[in-house]
Amino acid sequence: MSIRNSAFSAAMIALIVLLAFVPLVTNGYQLSLAINIMSYMVLATAWTLFSGPTRYVSLATVAFFGIGAYTVAVLGEELSWPLVLAIAFSIGFALSLIVGLSTLRLSGVYFVIFTFGLAELVRQLVTWYEVNVTRTLGRYIFIDVTHAQIYWQLLALAVIVFISGWLIQRSKLGLALRVIGDDEAVARHVGINTTLAKVVLFAFSASFMTLAGAIMAPRWTYIDPAIAFNPVVSFQVLIMALLGGVHRLYGPVFGVIPLVILFEVLLAKFPNHFSIMVGIAFLLIVYAIPRGIVGLVEGMQFSLHKAKGAKA
Amino acid sequence: MLTEPLLSGITLGGIYALIAMGLTLQYGVARIMNLSYGESLVAACFAALWLFTAVSVNPLIGLLVIVPLAALINWLIYQVLLMPLVRRAPSRDALEVDSILATFGLLFVAQGLMFAIFGGNYFSYNFLSIPVQIFGATISASRLLALAFAVIIGLALYIGLTRTRAGTAIRAVAVDPVSALLVAIDVRATTAFAYALGGALVAAGGVLVSMFLTFNASLGVVFTMKALIVVIMGGVGNLLGCLVAGMILGLTETFVATYVDPGLTLAATYIIFILVLLLRPQGLFGARRS
Amino acid sequence: MNAPLLSVSGLTRRFGGLVAVDGVTLEVRAGEIVGLLGPNGSGKTTVLNLISGALKADAGSVQLRGRALEKLPAFKIAREGVARTFQLVRVLGSMTCKENVIAGLAFGAKSRWGTEAEQAAHELLVRVGLAARGNVMTSELTYIDQKRLELARALAMQPQLLLLDEWLAGLNPNELRNGIELVRSLRAEGRTILMVEHVMDAIRSLCDRCYVMNAGRKIAEGTPKDVLADPEVIRAYLGDADA
Repeated sequence: MSIRNSAFSAAMIALIVLLAFVPLVTNGYQLSLAINIMSYMVLATAWTLFSGPTRYVSLATVAFFGIGAYTVAVLGEELSWPLVLAIAFSIGFALSLIVGLSTLRLSGVYFVIFTFGLAELVRQLVTWYEVNVTRTLGRYIFIDVTHAQIYWQLLALAVIVFISGWLIQRSKLGLALRVIGDDEAVARHVGINTTLAKVVLFAFSASFMTLAGAIMAPRWTYIDPAIAFNPVVSFQVLIMALLGGVHRLYGPVFGVIPLVILFEVLLAKFPNHFSIMVGIAFLLIVYAIPRGIVGLVEGMQFSLHKAKGAKA
Repeated sequence: MLTEPLLSGITLGGIYALIAMGLTLQYGVARIMNLSYGESLVAACFAALWLFTAVSVNPLIGLLVIVPLAALINWLIYQVLLMPLVRRAPSRDALEVDSILATFGLLFVAQGLMFAIFGGNYFSYNFLSIPVQIFGATISASRLLALAFAVIIGLALYIGLTRTRAGTAIRAVAVDPVSALLVAIDVRATTAFAYALGGALVAAGGVLVSMFLTFNASLGVVFTMKALIVVIMGGVGNLLGCLVAGMILGLTETFVATYVDPGLTLAATYIIFILVLLLRPQGLFGARRS
Repeated sequence: MNAPLLSVSGLTRRFGGLVAVDGVTLEVRAGEIVGLLGPNGSGKTTVLNLISGALKADAGSVQLRGRALEKLPAFKIAREGVARTFQLVRVLGSMTCKENVIAGLAFGAKSRWGTEAEQAAHELLVRVGLAARGNVMTSELTYIDQKRLELARALAMQPQLLLLDEWLAGLNPNELRNGIELVRSLRAEGRTILMVEHVMDAIRSLCDRCYVMNAGRKIAEGTPKDVLADPEVIRAYLGDADA
């Protein structure tokens, strides 16, 4: 390991320790904001983990997030917390395998369409189940957990997502995904099982989202399908990832922080026009900075580098 | 006993086919995977509702106003919003991804606008909801009328696309835009026209649906989803495929709603979708991709 | 007489009403360079696509050392030992040259990874004449260098059979000479190659045997000299003299 690598690792560890102290120095409102940021950090990074290299746009983030939340609502008081998380993870994993296996061997459009309606489908199924079987639409979540504990769990999950992403990037799977993103025909002809690679990665990405939903669930004391499967969440995650830049694992960080704060402000000031504002913000990003902030900065560095090279 | 769900399944299927024809034009010709498609439909529902309740214009007359207006709006959306994406896209695939993102944004803007104006409540109005007896089954006159109009509009479209010069140009662009250019077809204008025509069709579908369906501002996603599934099932760009797939979807939904549970219609739609993906991803009438 | 490395029999593929490949039968023995010729649209590239698994055949069989390939997906065929280049050169645009070659090294039957792969990638780049360009992005390469890189990626898979689809097309005379030398040096290594080609100089100097296709059918086979003198081949390329 080189000196630069060890210095980088030390800096990362220092950053994580520093972030762990956030609940001790913030007031309730700030902590709540920090929880939001951390939650979207996990979601947007998990989204990028799959959609960044493969360029398959997933619109189903909230389907998995909501499943995580519902798992807690149903089982949270009956089983121990680690077991609940393990179950949430498994459900997310199983559902994403079904989605992946039915769509990812085909071209990307089928995947987009499938994920586009998935949250709505799950929402309607949960609603149907609650109305017909349990006969109550909403559920109360009484789990003894402080906001600081929620924050710490999300921080730990974020660290796990980043480390997984980093390990995948350095692995053969990571290279396989980059080849697929560049040219799927070439990928198949160099011996990559493209469907398997995509399905595995999608399943991991979706399971992390499910875990985020499970950890966040106790923050609401009451959930119903409309709250847990709110499509705006999928949309926000997509915007954040795109604003940050999806071709680098750390890209979404630069989208999550400004946008969580912006959305917080918008929601407070324009509660009835929130969706319009978010839509416009999204369109601006798609048109003005298609490669995200990270892509923009790298592009500037690149042209600077070129200009210097030309002078020399 | 069976005729009643059969009849309402056919009316629903006819409307689905009409709605999907618009999407197959937008996707098949302009290569825009329009995720805000259902919002156009819901907007047309609200427009028909407003015309009917505020100025007491009947929805069939309303068609004459709403459909051209929808065509104009969609034409503008294509020229102003989507044209920059078409220009910057290096390939058809890249355009597909960009258009998915842009129209996803548009979906939230449109939905937000309707929500701001009409709120989240469900709406419906009474127009010709007179029971009619056919083959021993009872069905409302508005449903039958909607079906009749869907058939007329669908037929007109089919004839227009196969028998006229403009229709031939549209089909040529759908098959191969580069070659179309070589035979002096104005590809950009034709594409914009096809996109606008698709918008007009979905608006017509919206007006017809509003005569018998209860709707609200967030119903668009479900309609987009159904239209997409019908298009995929029928084979992209295939009008006859739209008709058959629309019927399959309409009948399945009605039978599931009648004999199983109305809350499970979307689940039934999804099961059909998965079956199509597993068995015939190129669509019922689509040719195998080379 | 040893068994052929590749034997293709009755290969057929339709696109709608068009029969692009119609009952084609051919063989490639180990160590041979075999040319696949024919006018544009005669189905040559489709044959390569059917062998490599990019397309599925409607009928017929493809065997590599007696193992049936025609039902396998492309990635398994690649792992069985078939590597290819593409008619329209396909390099991986977001990667460096070295990463492109590693993509060929990492997923084959004898997967190589890590420092071993780095080393092998460097050797392959030297092999095709791109020694100095390992860390250059593929987007900065010239056309001939992209073709070299594509060849290095295919060689990285240590293929038993290499499929070249008009690998020598579009090169200037100087580049063409270098290209022909490179392919010839592959033969010296004992590689087996099936190449679709239009460049007659290359066919004459490289191919042991040729197959000629027209309108989806095989119309001739033999040494380059013989097939190029065959009246039916001449008619396929030039049309009937009295038409």
